[in-house]
Amino acid sequence: MDVTNKTNNLAIFLKKLWISFKDLLPIIVVIAFFQIVVLQQPLPHFAEVLFGSVLVVFGLMFFVQGLEMGLFPIGETMAHELARKGSLFWLLIFAFLLGFSTTIAEPALIAISAEAARIAADSELISSSQESMQRYALGLRLSVAFSVGIAILLGVLRILRGWPVHYLIIGGYIVVMLMTLVAPKEIIGIAYDAGGVTTSTVTVPLVAALGVGLASIIKGRSPLLDGFGLIAFASLLPMIFVMGYGMIIF
Amino acid sequence: MDYLLEAFDVLLATIRDILPILALIISFQLFILRQPIPHLRRLIIGGIYLVIGLAMFLIGLEKALFPVGKMMAAQLSSPTFLGGENSVLTDWRTYGWVYVFAALIGFSTTIAEPSLLAVAIKAGEVSSGVISPWGLRITVAIGVAIGIALGAYRIVTGTPLHIYILVGYIIVILQTFTTPKKMIALAYDSGGVTTSTVTVPLVAALGLGLSEAVPGRNPALDGFGLIAFASLFPIITVMGYAQITHWFVKRQSNKSTKGEKE
Repeated sequence: MDVTNKTNNLAIFLKKLWISFKDLLPIIVVIAFFQIVVLQQPLPHFAEVLFGSVLVVFGLMFFVQGLEMGLFPIGETMAHELARKGSLFWLLIFAFLLGFSTTIAEPALIAISAEAARIAADSELISSSQESMQRYALGLRLSVAFSVGIAILLGVLRILRGWPVHYLIIGGYIVVMLMTLVAPKEIIGIAYDAGGVTTSTVTVPLVAALGVGLASIIKGRSPLLDGFGLIAFASLLPMIFVMGYGMIIF
Repeated sequence: MDYLLEAFDVLLATIRDILPILALIISFQLFILRQPIPHLRRLIIGGIYLVIGLAMFLIGLEKALFPVGKMMAAQLSSPTFLGGENSVLTDWRTYGWVYVFAALIGFSTTIAEPSLLAVAIKAGEVSSGVISPWGLRITVAIGVAIGIALGAYRIVTGTPLHIYILVGYIIVILQTFTTPKKMIALAYDSGGVTTSTVTVPLVAALGLGLSEAVPGRNPALDGFGLIAFASLFPIITVMGYAQITHWFVKRQSNKSTKGEKE
């Protein structure tokens, strides 16, 4: 009996590892093709890249597993419970804090902010000290996290109030366009990317879970159509906030 | 020894990053909802997985994804590869392979993207079968491919990012007015889900590497923006797809009503 259990666990483990590997597979295929056929030379630093890729696959697997075990089920039940409790205030606070805290932990954002800090230091926009770069990177992450928190809050409010999605989105686009005209050009690129960075492995399923948890409570709402606006907001608001951050810093 | 210290640093930083989430959940459950934490053991194990997974991922990112993105950009734009003295390094046409690489990466990673599969299935349901999940995935993948390739072109030529994006936004807004309502939200979300945690660093590194390799480009100004392109163009292609299929369906039903009248 115990042997079957152990082989079952192994099978599940391997399956999860495979899912994580599939995320990386297209990249491997395309790069291998280019390296072998187009460039016709071996990939530089191959050993280190291989080691790093293994870490990425395993790391992603554990990370997603942690999310599925810990965060998503709880997020969904909590949204459900808070909506049932009927306190709009606490639901909105929860929505904000959830968006904020998950974005702070978003791996892609951590990596991009550090890189952005390095680029800024190289271009002498900020001083090259370790401390200054870390502060800049943290500043970026906090602006993005704050904006996603507000975005989720707005999204939840929108679901509850029934405001139509496209008016808010178009309004958001207009704000982005106006801010682009006045923001320093050094921040524009990062700001625009920030929106795409945040909506990834952590935020998207979490937002879906939130949407499901809420829609199950509120009659007449479809989780498919209503949950969707949340993701759109979560890509839009970071652009605005990061440009704002740039205007303060530069 | 160095590696261990570095790994330890990352681990500490990761714990610090995960803490807000756990604190949030615990405090809300205990103080606001006043209930014991359900499945406490699972939450703790999940938390440990989160920390370990995130730390490993970040280290792997630094060692593999970022360097590879930059290396590909550097290799595909190096003077020796491009043909030595004969080619003009600032002519956008010289960088053909870069655009192909960018498009292929965009296309392949999008097709494999699990979040997109979930959205595509919903799209099929919501549109009552007019939109097929495969059709949507390919449409989004094409959008991402065009987006990243165009973004690479922009970095090579050095034209400002906001012009492209603003034009893109205007196209999206115009399309929003003519797309069937049910598809609008799905189109916007297709744009959002395309860039996964794995592709973001790679694509970003590609852009930064390209801006460092092409003469005359400043990474701080030109290096970013590929992710924005990758999220924006799918919205355009998906709404275009919705509009075209909608138009076809209308034509079919018009034809059949005409036939009945005769």
